[in-house]
Parts: sequence; C-alpha cells; structure tokens
Amino acid sequence: MSAVTATGVQRRQMLQASAGALTLFVGTNAGAQPEPPQKFGAASMSGGTVDNPLVFVSIAADGTVTIVAHRAEMGTGVRTSLPMVVADEMEARWDRVRVVQAPADEARYGNQNVDGSRSVRHFFEPMRRVGAAARQMLETAAAARWGVPLAEVQAVQHEVLHRPTGRRLGYGQLAADAAKLPVPGNSELRLKTPAQWAYIGKGRVGGVDMAAIARGQATYGIDAQVPRMVFAVVARPPVVGGRLRRLDSAEALKVAGVLRIVEIPAFQGPAAFQPLGGVAVVARNTWAAMQGRAALKIEWDDGPNGSYDSAAFRQRQAAAVKQPGTVARNEGDAPKLIAQAPAAQQHSAEYFVPHLAHATMEPPVATALVTAQGCEVWTSTQNPPAAQGGVAAALGLKPEQVKVNVLLLGGGFGRKSKPDYVTEAALVAKAMPGTPVKLVWTRDDDIHHGYYHAVSLDRLEAAVGADGLPLAWLHRTAAPTITSIFAAGAKAAAPFETGMSALNMPFAIPNVRVERAEVEAHARIGWFRSVANIPHVFATQCFVDELAHKAKKDPLQYALALIGPARKVSPAALGDVFNYSESPVEYPIDTGRMRAVVEAASRGARWGRRLPKGHGLGLAFSYSFVSYAATVVEVAVDAKGELRVVAVDMALDCGPQVNPERIRAQMEGAAIMGLSLALSSEITFENGRVKQSNFHDYTVLRHGQAPRVIRTHLVGGDPSLLPGGVGEPPLPPVAPALLNAVFAATGKRIRNLPLGDQLASA
Amino acid sequence: MTTLKINDQSRTTTSPGETPLLWVLRDELGMCGTKFGCGMALCGACTVHVDGQPTRSCVTTCASVAGRSVHTIEHMQNDRVGRVVQQAWIELNVAQCGYCQGGQILAAAALLKATPRPSERQIDEAMSGNICRCGTYPRIRSAIQLASRRLSGAAAGAKA
Repeated sequence: MSAVTATGVQRRQMLQASAGALTLFVGTNAGAQPEPPQKFGAASMSGGTVDNPLVFVSIAADGTVTIVAHRAEMGTGVRTSLPMVVADEMEARWDRVRVVQAPADEARYGNQNVDGSRSVRHFFEPMRRVGAAARQMLETAAAARWGVPLAEVQAVQHEVLHRPTGRRLGYGQLAADAAKLPVPGNSELRLKTPAQWAYIGKGRVGGVDMAAIARGQATYGIDAQVPRMVFAVVARPPVVGGRLRRLDSAEALKVAGVLRIVEIPAFQGPAAFQPLGGVAVVARNTWAAMQGRAALKIEWDDGPNGSYDSAAFRQRQAAAVKQPGTVARNEGDAPKLIAQAPAAQQHSAEYFVPHLAHATMEPPVATALVTAQGCEVWTSTQNPPAAQGGVAAALGLKPEQVKVNVLLLGGGFGRKSKPDYVTEAALVAKAMPGTPVKLVWTRDDDIHHGYYHAVSLDRLEAAVGADGLPLAWLHRTAAPTITSIFAAGAKAAAPFETGMSALNMPFAIPNVRVERAEVEAHARIGWFRSVANIPHVFATQCFVDELAHKAKKDPLQYALALIGPARKVSPAALGDVFNYSESPVEYPIDTGRMRAVVEAASRGARWGRRLPKGHGLGLAFSYSFVSYAATVVEVAVDAKGELRVVAVDMALDCGPQVNPERIRAQMEGAAIMGLSLALSSEITFENGRVKQSNFHDYTVLRHGQAPRVIRTHLVGGDPSLLPGGVGEPPLPPVAPALLNAVFAATGKRIRNLPLGDQLASA
Repeated sequence: MTTLKINDQSRTTTSPGETPLLWVLRDELGMCGTKFGCGMALCGACTVHVDGQPTRSCVTTCASVAGRSVHTIEHMQNDRVGRVVQQAWIELNVAQCGYCQGGQILAAAALLKATPRPSERQIDEAMSGNICRCGTYPRIRSAIQLASRRLSGAAAGAKA
C-alpha cells in the first residue's frame, strides 16, 4: 500500500460510515499483498454509478416520461439538473417529464450521498448515457414497427420520425416495445454533441419544484404525513458525551397531550452519526411535546467535555501554532529562510475562524414507523444510505428491512449528511411499535447539538524577495479534526482537511512547509459547506493580500504574479493525496483557469477604478472541489465603522456548465452565506455547552444586510473538460475578499472572524 | 374547542387555546405550507396573514385568532396580489431549498398590498424579518420588484 492510499481516513470513506457500522480505512501492511489500483472519482464512492435506463426512466402509454432523481434535493437544483440531462439526451419534451425521488438504495441507483459537490460531477456522464440509451431503444422500436432501417429514423422531441415518409410515433406508443429491447452497451451509444443539446448548458429549464414551493405544496421532511402519527421532541445532554443521571417525568406526563416518555441511551464509542441520547417526550402534537419537555426534571452527568471553553481553547490553539507541528509538506527550508530574513522581508499573521452551525432553515427532523417487518422512515437527508445503515444498526435490522423515503431538504450544507436524527426517531418509534413518530428538533436543539465547523487557527509566515513575492511560505493549521467523531481522541488533521487549500497551495514558491498542529476535539466536529477551505482560504488569501500591501503592489497584480504563467500542477506533487477524490492526472490544478476566474471577477468589479471615499475592493480566489472560484467584494465603511457590502462579483469555472441558471443561484447563495460567516456567525462554548440558541444570538445575514448587487461570472465552460463541483466552490473566497476590502477601505486588518463590531471598537 | 377561520373556511381545534397557530395548522389540520423555523418570531418561516397583516404563527396563540381571518401560503393562489407574487417567484427561479419561501411570499404580498411601489429601503424593512439561509435575497428583491411592476401596470390598466 503506497503512501498515497494509506495516509488515513479520507472524507469519502468517512461519509460511508454510519452509526454502529463504522469502518475506517487505515491501509494494509506495505508490501504484504499486491496493491489494487487506486480508484478515483465516482468509482471510489459507495455504490459507484449506474447508467441503466430501465432503472431511471419509465414511459407511460400517454407519453409521460418519468425520470428518477436518485440524489436528494437540498437546494442545489440536482432534482432538476440530472433529470434534465436524461431528458435532453433522450429527446424528451421537458413539459412531459415527471421527476420522482428514489428511496435509499445505492445498489440500484449508484451513489446517493449528496455531499462534496459531486452530483453533477459524477453523474453528468452516466445520466447522458441513460438518456441516450433510452432514445436509441425508442428509435429501434420505431424502426422495427415500421420495418425500416434504423438509419432512417430519428428521435425528435418526444416522437420518433421516419425521415423518408414523415411518419411519426410518440414515445407513449413506443414505450412497451422499447422496454423489451436489450439495453445498448456503452460502445453502441450515440451521445449528442454539445451543439445538439436542447437543455444542457442552456438555462431554459425551470426548477421542477419551483411552482410547488411557491404555492406551499412542496413536501419537506418535516411535512411527512403518516396516518396516526404522533410527535416527539428530545431533551439531550447539554454536553457531548453527557449522560442522564436522574429523571423525574411526573410533571411532564401531566401536560395535556403528552403520551409517553422514552429514554434514549447515550451513544457508545465514537459519536459518529449516533444519537446523543436523552429523553424523548411523545405527544399528540409538537407543541405539547415541547411543553412536556420543559416540564421534565433532569440531572445530567456532563462527562469529559464539561469543561470545554472557547476562550481557553483559543489560547491552546494560539500556543499550538507557535510550535513546529507535524510536517505535511516540505520543499526547501522555509523555516530557516524566514528566520534569517530581515524584518522588512519577513511577515507573519494568524487567522481565526470560530465554530459555525449549519442552521438549516428546516431543522433536523425524521418520522419513523417500526413494525414487525422492519422500519420505514420519512426524512430529509443528504445521505439516505447512511440513514438506512444507521437505523438498521441501532434497531438490529438488516439494511434492506429499513426503507428510507427521501423528501425535500429545507437546507443541508453538510448537516443533513449526518443522520443522527433519523436513528433517534427510529429508536423512539421502536418503543411504540405500529405508531409513526415524527421527531422534530427545535431551533435551540439545532444550535445546541450540531456537528460544528471546526474552530480553526491558521498561522502563516513568509520571507519575500526583492520583488515582494514569497521565497518561503510556512502554513501551520490548528483545528479539531472531523475524524474525531469517528475515532475518539483523534487530534491530527486528516489529509482531506489539510488537502483543502493548505497542502495543495499551488504557487511556485521555492521553500514551502505546511504543518499540522494537533488539538483535541470537545464537540462533534462536522463538515460544513466547503469544509476546511473556509479557514484555509481565509488565512492564505488574506495573507497574500497582506504581502501585496507590504510590497506596495496592487493586490490584483500581485495575485496574478503569484499565480504565474498557465501550467498544470499535480496535486500529488504537492503532497495532496485527496484532491476531492479525483485523479491528480485527470484533475490537475490548472493555474491558467485560476488566473481566468481572478481576471473575470476583477473585471466584473472594474478593479482599479476610482472609488468613493470609504469604499474598498478586496479580492480572493481558490481551487476547491476541482473547480476554480474568485470573489471581489466592494465595501463602504463610514466614520462610525458601519460597514455596508456594496457589491459582490463571483466568478466560477466548474468545467462544463450543465445548468447555468442553478450554477448562478449557487454562486449568489454562496456570496450570502460567505458574508454571514464573515460578518456575524459564531458558535462558542462555555462549560461544555453552546452559548447560542437561536437566530437572535447565532446571527445570519438578513435582507437589509445583503448586497443589492451580486454579479455572477461563469468562466470557461468547455464541455470537453471534466466537470467540477458547484455547490461548495464559490464559498471559500467570500470571507477573505470581504476582509481584504475592509483593509482597502479602512487600513484595518481583521484576522478574526466574524467581523462583528471590530471596526467600531478598533 | 376554538373555531378558526383558515383560508376562508371554518375549522375547529381541540388544542388548548395557548397552542401556537403554527402547530394547529401543521400537526392538527395537516396544512404544512406554513413552516417551523425558530419558534421565537426570529426567522419568518411561519408567516401567515391575520386580517391581512403578516403575522408569525409560531408565537400567535390559536385563541388570539379565533374569529379572525387567517390566510396561509396555500391561499395565495386565490389572492390577487399573492398570485402575482407567486408567479414572479416561479419565473425568476427564486427558491433554492425553498423552505423559507412561503413565509417570504406572504411577507412580500403584505408589503405590496400596503405599498404597491416599495423603495429598496421599504423592501429591506418589510423583508428583514424573513431569513433565507440559502441566500436568495437578491432574487427575492427582483421578484418583489417584478410583481410590483405587474400589479401597478394592472392597476393603471384598470383605471384607464
């Protein structure tokens, strides 16, 4: 086993883990056995890909084409974009297409874990093949019906046309015959050329759920309606790893509507996706359950995390990044050069990003029904197979005895790929066989019991040459690792964490060192949209801006000089074995594409123009999820330190642009979410407990604070390139662009997120 | 027993009078277009109209709306302004996850009824109680402005 595959837990393998069925990939003994070739991309994911049209497409006699959306919709538009690809290739009319949602079943549909910005990246080509195969089967059926050569027929917008005679047969008339034909093999498929695409890349297709959403008819996980359903909320240990010491439920049981109390055992071993334990109150409606919960008298044993304190932890991180850590990448001798550099040519800075909560507008929620046969679940989850596996393990069932119905997600952002709340509902339902239980998390529950984005401190040091460009670069990260939820006590950042914009820094700097400092985790740490790119891009992109100002260079010109001429850099050559699961050969870091997004965002913002007094422009850019993103933010700061975001320019090169309209939507949303975390969002702990509880103290951007101008610039789009991610890549550059703009406007360098009132008090 | 007037229909609830309207709608009447987001009138996902006023149903007891007219997102297709607002939302593909959008549409419809040609600032003020975590604010603003143009165009046409 090479270092490439044995370096530890990769994100994709963690995402396959489920409560009680956790398998961590740690590699085998080097040289003991012949090594299987490393798999990349979709082939490395559980379930892989499926491209059988009989699985994804059915056609009714009336011509209605039903396409299966096998991946859950959390707002990225995947329920539209992938079926749209099928419809395009099969020449289906979009107004005759119906989309149905698949339940959890990776063996049938291929990978269903909507995480890591992979849906279009991994399923664009398989869905093209599904559509093309269906089209060819319809054409073959028509040719047979007419007794004419296949070459004389052509599928055109829901009909097959016999060109010489002008005869036509509708898809509904051909469906039964076509379904009996063999599915053409991949080598026989005739995919459309990009010029023939009717929907792909065009932005003509509206979202399949738009009308239902606008009319209040869309069904989210929280909206599941199951006959004879009862409702539950849970009192959970306020500290992760805490346990119930004493319970008095007498008063709770007196609350009108309360039906019963169910204890949920504390989790064993690593937290993974297991419920936290606690006491469920089941009632006739959610309000009664909440009143019942308020009447519980509970004493908790806080356990080992009861002293977790954010202020104290910050001190531990600050001490950690001042010491040499574990070397993750080393070229030349960066520490020596930095130590020897004269003060004028040396620079260092530390950047802080706090814990963050996903705060999806729909809190975690699941409905479960346990019967003698098994368990049926209705929920909003990014990862249906993990929910299925988690429930099966907790209830002692086989996965095939657990049916997971996938409803719309009211936001996901990574939170809903951890199905602890689904298992929790199933455990309560197990205590009431035959009665469906809808278990709702309140907003307090969501803020108090999340899987938090890692609190992160990054230290950057550099020595620069006469031209102001770095000759030596040292980056030391200190953040609790996500792997700690799968291996209790884990302190070392995993390759997939440092591989997100720390290790794979692509600039041509002769001396580079990247180090991991170890710090412990005292909360459930989880991935949050764009994950470790948030702190790493914040730190490195603010640092580059600082170096530019130190060199008295324009930050845009400095960034372009640092990016350098167009070249393809292998992530593997940088020591990055992660590269978002993709092959370093097929997906190198292309500095030409990086330059192009920087130029597009800065051109959109008219970088270099004269700005009004108090205004400033800031730039940042990143490579993440094998896409390229850049942001320019314009801010205005008044004499009192009041900040207004005037405009944001977002540029993205994600390779082929399958659904440009939804790509732009993701870019707009990333601008808002990035500003939220840059300006005001922060989770802090005291005595092991999260101090915030709702949107009054965990604040996110509101209408009045949002920029009135967000320009989106789609760059590249070459359909011959391999597709990159869309949901996450636009997010990382937003916060550093904002704080770089603040510096340009005010001369104040803010290195701690969120900005909060730092301008007013400075 | 409380008698409610929901979307111009008489409905009765056996829940105690202090039960928030939100949970009566969702859990008892099975009307799930009205969403739970925060329970403290902080996010606007649960917005309904009570006698035409945008109201947070998560902190509004069912007893307090007895005999008053409650309109939810499910009613907006039957509302002259609501219908135009919904259409603007659909045409501009406003929603991402869509969870908050019912509340956003009710807030927008109430704004346009009171202020048919809202300024940017009036949009900010009317809409800032409604959080969207996906970040659809720019499109919400555009959709309100589109609906406003259509409604005032229609009004001008009716006068002529």
